[in-house]
Amino acid sequence: MTTASVLVSEGPHRPSRGVVGMACLIIAESAIFGMFIAANVFYMGKSLSGPTPAILSPPIFNTVCLLASSLTIVFAERAIVRGKIRIFSIYLIVTILLGVKFLVGTGREWSDLIYNQNLTISTNLFGTTFYSLVGLHATHVILGLLMLSVLLVFTLMGRVNESHSERIKVLAMYWHFVDWVWVAVFTTVYLVGR
Amino acid sequence: MADHTLPIPGPLNTERPGNAAFLEWLHSWIVTVDHKKIGILYIAYALIFMVVGGAEILLVRVQLAFPWSGIVSPGVYNQLFTMHGTTMVFLMGMPILFGFGNYVVPLMIGARDMAFPRLNALSFWLTAFGGLMLYSSYIGGFGLYGMGNAPDVGWFAYAPLTSKLVTPGHNTDYWALSLIVAGFGTLGTALNIVVTTISMRCKGMKFSRMPLFVWLMFVTSAMTLATITPLTASQVMLEIDRYLGGHFFDPAAGGSPLLWIHFFWVFGHPEVYVLVLPAFGMANEIIPVFSRKPIFGYSAMAAASVGIGFVSFSVWAHHMFTVGMSAASNSFFVLSTEVVGIFTGIKIFNWIATMWGGRIQFTTPMLFSIAFVFQMLIAGLTGIMLSVAPWDWQLHNSYFLIAHFHYVLLGAIVTMVFAAFYYWYPKAIGRKMSERLGKWHFWLFLIGFHVTFDIMHVVGLDGMPRSIYTYPADRGWLWMNVVITCGAFVQGIAVLIFVWNLIWSVRHGKVAGNDPWDAWTLEWATSSPPPAYNFAQDPVVRSRRPLWDIKHPNDPDWKYEP
Repeated sequence: MTTASVLVSEGPHRPSRGVVGMACLIIAESAIFGMFIAANVFYMGKSLSGPTPAILSPPIFNTVCLLASSLTIVFAERAIVRGKIRIFSIYLIVTILLGVKFLVGTGREWSDLIYNQNLTISTNLFGTTFYSLVGLHATHVILGLLMLSVLLVFTLMGRVNESHSERIKVLAMYWHFVDWVWVAVFTTVYLVGR
Repeated sequence: MADHTLPIPGPLNTERPGNAAFLEWLHSWIVTVDHKKIGILYIAYALIFMVVGGAEILLVRVQLAFPWSGIVSPGVYNQLFTMHGTTMVFLMGMPILFGFGNYVVPLMIGARDMAFPRLNALSFWLTAFGGLMLYSSYIGGFGLYGMGNAPDVGWFAYAPLTSKLVTPGHNTDYWALSLIVAGFGTLGTALNIVVTTISMRCKGMKFSRMPLFVWLMFVTSAMTLATITPLTASQVMLEIDRYLGGHFFDPAAGGSPLLWIHFFWVFGHPEVYVLVLPAFGMANEIIPVFSRKPIFGYSAMAAASVGIGFVSFSVWAHHMFTVGMSAASNSFFVLSTEVVGIFTGIKIFNWIATMWGGRIQFTTPMLFSIAFVFQMLIAGLTGIMLSVAPWDWQLHNSYFLIAHFHYVLLGAIVTMVFAAFYYWYPKAIGRKMSERLGKWHFWLFLIGFHVTFDIMHVVGLDGMPRSIYTYPADRGWLWMNVVITCGAFVQGIAVLIFVWNLIWSVRHGKVAGNDPWDAWTLEWATSSPPPAYNFAQDPVVRSRRPLWDIKHPNDPDWKYEP
């Protein structure tokens, strides 16, 4: 069996496949978040026993860090389009550090809730909905950070240049989604639910 | 000079073991990223499960033919109808429709492949292994002891049936986890078709010129993005309940089984339209070709499909009238459901107007298409009846409901898929399917279908509920159940004839040529079967019927189209 590689043409003036594909993925992910948010809202104040959402303190600084990382990745995108690899890698590192800060903050919050407040996923409905929704988001942060780290490794190896700006834009779309869906999660869990 | 040799490039040992050719062929199918091969893989996979799911329901019908027949035990009976529903929706319906989408959409829009060929292969294999995982529950449900425990909670898996207390063991987890895996496969394919339609169209293929099958696959796939994911999310919640001790659907801790019903039908009802819209798309291609007329009401058809796509997300609670909702929500879901009837009505009028005054050729695909139009009409009418809340209170979960949705799934969708097989088989294989066997298949299937499901409406009106293991002998349901079971076996024979026709025609069918039906869309412009690259040159399109323009240079469509 011989294989022939075929050049897949984009056709005339069609939107980029990567951008449209990521937009589709974001729609699908939004539906998943929508279901967990709906479950969260449905069970607000319905726990029969155990801790209530009053024990939560809104992670304001964490939120600022995550939203700021959305800004730094925009700067990184602008730098790579112009071929400024050094500036790109600096903003990329800042983005990753802000994401890691958010994740560490979530981890500290959870460890406080588990060991000091005795709230686990099986304690009551509040625990079930809280950990599943915030955990779903944290999973997405971890995935985003893994992809950004791979990009950083390639950048530090000198393999990234301005011809990759299209792909980096698609990755940045995902990171923007992860950042801004947090606004919906934060509003549900810490503002409405508390 | 004779003692001086040079190495000769190329294989030295041309003798290969006997099965090398077979292994190479197998390898080429497993590693393929060609949308045509993946499409065929999807369809073959779905056909296997069509036979498996059909065999399961035949056992159910044998059990129900007589009161207290005791052919299968109650436990096995629950597994059979659960696996039948799950198999037919997730392992047969979705893969077969996405298989056709995979094969036909890139050809119709003049593309050389899908937008993401590797994702396409990944999606197929995820779906395939999801199905294998579901069926492996037959051997691993409770661990090694107590084998043979397939899921038995119904394909809708209502809480609290799925709680660890009611179903210990792992069979419900097989149900949830395998559908999560298959769901990611479906999501990948849906995403791929949306991106292909938006980004891969050839020159001149505007949205207003796209074949309606592509339009409908586009709407379906866009819907799937937001349809399959709620199920995935709900199943993740179910697994959190079962393995991490969560309380999403646990009444003992204040959780609500009602939430599961809502969540399931938020997926479940759009899912019905995800299944039926591709069938509508196939009808939009096949009916015009065999009526020798362009489709009537192209833009109304596209608009009605988009309309169904949007409305379908606001009708889910019409599955829940008997749950007990407020009068306001009952009224809302009655009205929104009936709006779907308007859009579907537009389509049925369009198909009839397409046939009206045409020179209809009664080939096998056209016979199935005509049956589809009328069976879809009846399915739609019983749907309108059931959308009225008081009527639904009377007949909910009776065999009337079963008859209604099997009219949609079998009478409309599967019937149209059969038409699509006879229509596109020559393109994929290069030979036509046997018309003689095709006519046998059509008439046997039609008769069997009506014997089964027309009577099923009556037994439902008479009060027989669904999902029951048996029924008392004094209800007067005996003769109807006997007839229904006989009809089911006639359909089974028809499907076996069809499968035989598929196999027989690979070698013995009439050679088709590029364009056996004198059709008008781009897939018929290339050879049968198409080369790996589809089109030697990227096609350029100037109208809705590009192949008509090529065949009739003196009277092209683009002179008349806006």
